[in-house]
Amino acid sequence: MNDWPEQLFGVLKDAKVRQVAYVPDAGHKRLIELCRADPAMRAVPLSTEEEGIGLAAGAWLGGERSVLLMQSSGVGNCINALGMTSECRFPLLMLVTMRGEQGEFNPWQVPMGQATRPALESMGVVVQHAASAQEVAPTADAAARLAWGSYAAVAVLIAQRVIGIKSFQDQASR
Amino acid sequence: MSATLKRRDVVAALLRDRGELLVVAGLGSTAWDISAAGDSALSFPMWGAMGNAAMVGLGLALAQPSRRVLVITGDGEMLMGLGSLATIGVQQPRNLAIAVIDNERYGETGMQATRPRAWIWPAWRVPADSATRRWFRPRWSSPPPARRCWALPGRCSCRSRWWRRKFPWSCRRGTVAC
Repeated sequence: MNDWPEQLFGVLKDAKVRQVAYVPDAGHKRLIELCRADPAMRAVPLSTEEEGIGLAAGAWLGGERSVLLMQSSGVGNCINALGMTSECRFPLLMLVTMRGEQGEFNPWQVPMGQATRPALESMGVVVQHAASAQEVAPTADAAARLAWGSYAAVAVLIAQRVIGIKSFQDQASR
Repeated sequence: MSATLKRRDVVAALLRDRGELLVVAGLGSTAWDISAAGDSALSFPMWGAMGNAAMVGLGLALAQPSRRVLVITGDGEMLMGLGSLATIGVQQPRNLAIAVIDNERYGETGMQATRPRAWIWPAWRVPADSATRRWFRPRWSSPPPARRCWALPGRCSCRSRWWRRKFPWSCRRGTVAC
C-alpha cells in the first residue's frame, strides 16, 4: 500500500485543484512530483508555509481551488494568517505530513508535532487524521468536500507511520 | 531638494481609471488608502494576516491570468513577507504588480521605524555633503555618453573605468558601442 501519493493526486485531480502550494517535504515528495508534472496544475514552492494561506486566499478570490502541502513543523508558521481564512470564510485544504509523532528520531520535531492538532484547532481549522495508508485518500477526499462544500478550513494530518521514516539512516539513504 | 508625496493622493492616482484592475491592499495604511480611493468589488483590503498581501496577489494573478492584479502594501507589511518576493519570482506572473508605499514606518502602531537606517540607506537619502554620497554618485571616465547604454541589449561595455575596476565581472567589453 505504497501508492497513497498517487491516490492523493487522484483526489486533487477529481476536486479540480489548480494551484498546489508546498514547502518541500520528504513525505510529500512523490505527490509534489506528480503535481509538478501535471500541466493542469500550477506548482508553487513557498519560502514559508504561511505564504500558502495567502496564496489559497488569492486563488479562491480568483475562482480557483488550491491545496497546501506541508510538514507538521510548518503548521505553526501559518497561525496568524489563518485568521484571514477564518474571518473571510475562505475554504482551505491542507495536507500535513506528521513528524514528532510515532517513533520520531529527531527530538526537535516533537514539540511542534505534538502541538500540530491543537494549534490548528485553536484557529478554527477542522482536523482529520489519516492513521494508515489506506485512509489517506478517503480522508483527503472527505476533507476536500468539506472544504469546498462548506467553506471550511480543513487539515488532513497524515500519520508518521504512513510516511515511514524510522531513523536518520533511513532518511539519509533516501 | 526634498518633496513629500501624500500617500492618499498617490494611491488615488494609481487607482484612477482602474477599469477591471484587481487590487489587494496589505494590512495597515494601504488598506485605508484604497478604501479612501473608493469602494470596489474588485478590491480586497486586508486587515490582518500581515506579510501575506503579495501572496494573495499571486494566488489571484495565477487564477486570473487574463486580468491585471495590483498589490498595494506598506514597507512594514512587505518586510514581514520578504520571502514571498522569491516565491513570486519563481512564478513570474506577468499580470501581477506590487507597489510598496515606503514611509519607513509602522503607521498603524505609532510610527516606529521599520528598520535601522544604517543598513538600508538608499543613495538618494544620504546627506548631500557626505563622503558616502560621493561614493554612490555615478562616475564617468569621460563625459557621460549621449545614449544611455543600459537601455540597449547586451551587457554594458562603456561604464567608467572605475566601474570596470570595481565590478570587472559585470562588464563584457565591446558588446555595445556608445
